[in-house]
This record gives sequence, structure tokens and C-alpha cells, in this order.
Amino acid sequence: MHLRDSESDSSFRSEVRAWLRGAVASMPPPPLPDDWPGRRSYDAQWQRMLFEAGYAGINWPAEHGGRGATPTEHLIFLEESAAAKAPDVGVGFVGQMHAGPTIIAEGSDAQKSHHLRGILTGEHVWCQGFSEPGSGSDLASLRTRAFRDGDDYVVNGQKIWTSHAVAADYCEMLVRTDPSELKHKGISWLIMPMDLPGIDVRPLVTVHGSSEFAELFLDEVRVPVANLVGAENDGWRVANVTLSFERGTGFVGELLDTTNVFQELIEMAKSTMRNGSTVWNDDSIRREVGIIGADLDALWAFTKRNVSQGARGGLVMGSGSGFKVAFATTQHRLGDLALRVLDRASLSLDDLGGQPTGELVHSKLHAFAISLGGGTTQIQQNIIAERVLGLPRER
Amino acid sequence: MDLQPTDDQASLVEMITGFAAHRFAIDTVRSFGEPEGFDRSLWAELAALGTFGIAVPEDRGGVGLNFIDAVLVHEALGAALVPGPLVAATLASGVIDGVIEGSVVPCIIDVGADGPLAVENFRSSDVLLIVDDAGVGLLNCEDALGTDVAHPTDPTTPVTILTNLPKADKIGGPELAKSWRQRGSLLSSAQLSGNSSGSTTLAVEYAKGREQFGRPIGSFQGLKHLLADSWIRTEVARSSVWAAGVTVDEPEVGSIDRAVAGARLTSARAATENAKTCVQVHGGMGFTWEVDAHLFLKRAWILETQFGSIDDAAEVVADLYATR
Repeated sequence: MHLRDSESDSSFRSEVRAWLRGAVASMPPPPLPDDWPGRRSYDAQWQRMLFEAGYAGINWPAEHGGRGATPTEHLIFLEESAAAKAPDVGVGFVGQMHAGPTIIAEGSDAQKSHHLRGILTGEHVWCQGFSEPGSGSDLASLRTRAFRDGDDYVVNGQKIWTSHAVAADYCEMLVRTDPSELKHKGISWLIMPMDLPGIDVRPLVTVHGSSEFAELFLDEVRVPVANLVGAENDGWRVANVTLSFERGTGFVGELLDTTNVFQELIEMAKSTMRNGSTVWNDDSIRREVGIIGADLDALWAFTKRNVSQGARGGLVMGSGSGFKVAFATTQHRLGDLALRVLDRASLSLDDLGGQPTGELVHSKLHAFAISLGGGTTQIQQNIIAERVLGLPRER
Repeated sequence: MDLQPTDDQASLVEMITGFAAHRFAIDTVRSFGEPEGFDRSLWAELAALGTFGIAVPEDRGGVGLNFIDAVLVHEALGAALVPGPLVAATLASGVIDGVIEGSVVPCIIDVGADGPLAVENFRSSDVLLIVDDAGVGLLNCEDALGTDVAHPTDPTTPVTILTNLPKADKIGGPELAKSWRQRGSLLSSAQLSGNSSGSTTLAVEYAKGREQFGRPIGSFQGLKHLLADSWIRTEVARSSVWAAGVTVDEPEVGSIDRAVAGARLTSARAATENAKTCVQVHGGMGFTWEVDAHLFLKRAWILETQFGSIDDAAEVVADLYATR
């Protein structure tokens, strides 16, 4: 086992670092969070630069326009990007992380040639239409209906938690094509252009006031049958094929952000006076910092284990679920500590006194995104109990 | 970077795990706590596998592997609750003659902390290693006076309270003391990580077999979530223990002190919490002497005090983050 870079990883790191230094400096200031046209063009500009430098689709196979980098190189790229304060994937998330890899694995040649390049250059933005108001943890119960009418599917229903829908060109969507089949069978995976008639996008504001999410109301939307990815009624398997692409880097961006917030919290504790002394001088605060710091270091090591396993071909069952639950727990614990350190400064979601106070309150709220999104903590615990530990199903 | 065991490392762990299952079955582990229960020939068998000298250079009689390999070995030993002064023997191998072969049995005390001069496995040891800030000292056990505890908290780990500690022969200075404290702490944490895995396996097997309300209790979500949390705590602990082991071998990748202290925090939490879960999952039987759940819990309590407290470890991590 090793933690040091191999010779080739070390030269890749130097190359990436040198490129990032120039590229980041050439970017304009980022747009405001609710400025969706601004965010879209900013993210596209950065993605275009990555594309031209050969870093777009870093973990995609080279034959599909990616770089074909190893999982370790991917991790190095993310580490260096964070260190250089480079823009993150932004509105490109669904396209690059999910829709693109799905089309690579299951799409037709026409779908590949039409969609992959646009995702890599940043020209096309994707959103995800999987969850529904009645189908959250039990996603396979989804009811958005698509019936075949000539060369089209006619889609009716409602989707929720659709990130970046306002800015998106395409939606990767799960629909029920066979209502006589319950659950996993009878679901299909469709590419839905967002400019079709009958799509109503309504923003859904989150607990931290972000307009990231939307609801989609679908009324007689005619999606061409040519946009079916994989076979009809085989969409559940198609939706899960991206799991096999996971090489342990899925949460690296979040973990980098959390590590930065943690350092800011420590600085805050050292500079905040309370009862005639700094908050840092409080043993109970400092020891809590130590425990969270140990957990963050452990989560980095966990990530490196997963990346190392990913480089061997694929993750071990449960390692993604286990990481996510542990990360959510630490994120909540960090948020709780932040509120203790801030005390009355936690009354504002905006930063106070030139300090990142509002950002720390946001980090506590964001912890729920980790413990709820992508399968709640409790669903992950069920997965581990049944598929890793082999405990019997409840029913 | 590669933080998964190589094929050779996986074989090493398999070998130790297989030996422990065969030669240190739980009845044997329990017998080590009996008066005169320490089996010197079994100890020598364990030593003959290269267990203690795994990271000692070959020219000093060891196997010549890295410290991370010793960490993996201790994880496997901890999972099986293998008794005896495993950490002392590993630290002293290649330093004190006879330890690497198992013919000389060492025990160790870190007198840096306040509290009673309690030494584990003193009564069956030949030599006592004494660690303080100034260095490491060596004493024949017969030259020190002590009283054996009648009822040690962990029934498989005999404890002696020393009443007289004569002057020891100095075998190393502050550098050796520092190194032994780091390594001793990390080897103990590796055993804690293994312990957390062993108690989880025991609890999961029980939950699959035990039926109430007409079905296995492991089918109930209340237990599933407890046991999934145990598994997760082990994976987190194992991650930091392995990273710390590699950091000892490759000090340029980070602070050894921070990695070792962090490994203690995550592994102690995993071992103590998982053992508590193991007792709880066993229901009333978990509250009995005959079920093995309490052996994991009590061993975990002993291990988490080795070479510094949990609070010390938290302070170390916090300070090293703050001064970065």
C-alpha cells in the first residue's frame, strides 16, 4: 500500500497544476447563485476550456471523446482543481456524471453522436427526471406514464428534485411504459428535450433558499421513440448501469468543500472571543474539532481506498453506501459544531462582519442534502444490512 | 497511491486469520485469563509465523516487510481477540533478544500518564519495558514488585498493579520513546479496528439465527440499522488505520502524529460502539459471561487506553489542524 504519488501520477499532477494556474486566472468573476443564464454561460465557458485542453470527460473512455484517465488521475485532477479554486462542474453535473455515461453504455450510435460531444464541450446542459412526489425512496413505484403513439411516446406526469431544470436542454427521464407491470419492470429511460411543448418547470426553493431544484409538470409531452435509451421496459437496468462507472470519486468535490469549511470554522473559533477568551480555548470545542478532523481524515482515506479499488475494476458492494452515510454523519456533526461556535452570529444566512458566518450556517443546512439526496441514510443502511451483511429482507 | 491491500498483503491477513481461528479459538482465548493460563508454546507458534518481526529488517531476524504489514497483522489478531502482549512483542522485536522467536515475553508500561501503574500481562512476562518522555527502559519482571488484580476488567487480559519500580536499564532515548508511542498506539488501534469487525460478525450471525415473532430478528429494521452502522464504523476506522500505517512508512505524505491520533479516535469509537451493539443484539444472553460479546467490549476498553487517552488524541488532531 502507498499514499505517495507514483512517478506518472506525480508528473500528471504537475501538468494539471500548471494548466489550472493559467486557466483559472483567465476566468471572469462567478455569477450570482440565482443568475441562471449567467451560471450556464460561466459553466459552459469553463467546460469549453477543459475540453480544449483535453481535460473534459476526464474519466470517460477515450473512444467517446473523454481522456480515459485512471481513477487516481481523476482524484488528482479534483484535488488540484480545488486547490486552484477552479470552478466546479456546476450545471454540467447530470450530463457529465450520469446521462453521458449512460448513453456511452446503452445509447444508440445516433444518440452517442448527437449528445456526447455537446456534454463534453459544455454546450448541452442536462437535468434528471427520476424522482416523483409519490416515488422517493421507493423510486421503482414511479407513475409518470408514457404511452406509444406512432413514432412518439406521449408523456404525462410529474417529476421532482430536478436540479438545474431551468437551465437544461435535455432531461434524462424514467417513465412507466408498461402500467401492467409493477415496480422495476415496465420502466423506460428517455431523453426528453426541454423545449418540447407541455413541459412546465416550477422552481422549488430549498431550505437554504437555493433555486437549484425544480418540479416538472408533464402534460401530453410528445417525446420521439428514437429517444428511448436501451430497450423499452428495461429502463431500471439502464438507470443503474452508471453505478458500474463509479470508481470512488463521486463525493470528492463535496469532501473538498467540507474540508475547506472545516478549516474556516477553526479560524473562526480561534478569532471569536466569548466570556473573555477565544472559543478555541474551550476544551469541549477543541476536542469536537479533533474528532471531526479525525473523521475527515478517515473519509479521505476511505475515498482513497475506494479509488484504489475502482482502479482494480470496480467498487466493493456497500462501500459507496458506507462512505455516504459516514460522510453525512460528519457533515451534520460539523454543522452542529458550527452553530455552537457561531452562537448569535448564526442568526443570519448572510455573512456577518466579513467572516464566513453565513456560509457556516449554510453548511449545516447542506448536511441534509447529503443525508437525504441520492438515497437517504436509512435506505443506505438497508442496502448494507441486506446486501453486505446478508440479513434477511423484511418482507 | 494505492490504499487497498496487495495480493501478498491479503494472503498475509488470511494466514494470520486462519491461524487464529485454528489455534486461538475462543476457548483458548478465555483460557489465557486463567491462572497459569499463558501458553508459552502457543505463543512461540504465533511468533514462528513472523507475527512480531514482520516489520523488522531481515538482518535482525525479521521478515523485512513494512510497518503497514504489522498493522494488517494486528488488525487480524484483534478481530480474533488473540490475547497476550502483542504490541509489546512487536515493538521489542529486533531490539530485545528472544522476543521475535517468542522465547522471551515482554510487557510494556507507559508511565507518562497519571493513574495506577497498571501493566497488562505482567505476570506471564519475562521483561518489562518502561516508556517515558526521556526514553525506554528495560527491567526483569522478577525485579519489579506488584500485585495481580483478582478480577481484571477484561477476563482475557491479566493486569498487575506495580508497587515498586526499580531503576531500569536504558535501551533508548526520547526518539525511541516517541517512535514506540506512535507505533504502539497505532498497533493498538489496528487491534481495535479488527475488534470492531469481529464483534460485528458475531452480532450479524446471531441476528440471522435468532428468531422472535416468527422470523429472524435480523430482518427487523431496528437491528439492521444498528448493524449497518457497525459495519460503517469499521470501514471508517480501517481506512484511517491503514492510512496511518502507510504514513509511518512514507512520512512525506503527512503528519504521523495526526494520522495516529485520528486512527485512535475512529478505531476506539468503532470497537466500543460495535461491541455495545453486539451485546444489545444478543439481548439478555448478551448480558451473560458465557456469550462472547462482553469479551470484545472489555478488550476494546483496554485497548483504547493504550499510549494515551481518547481526549489526548482529539487534542492532538485539533492542534495539528489549527497550526497547519
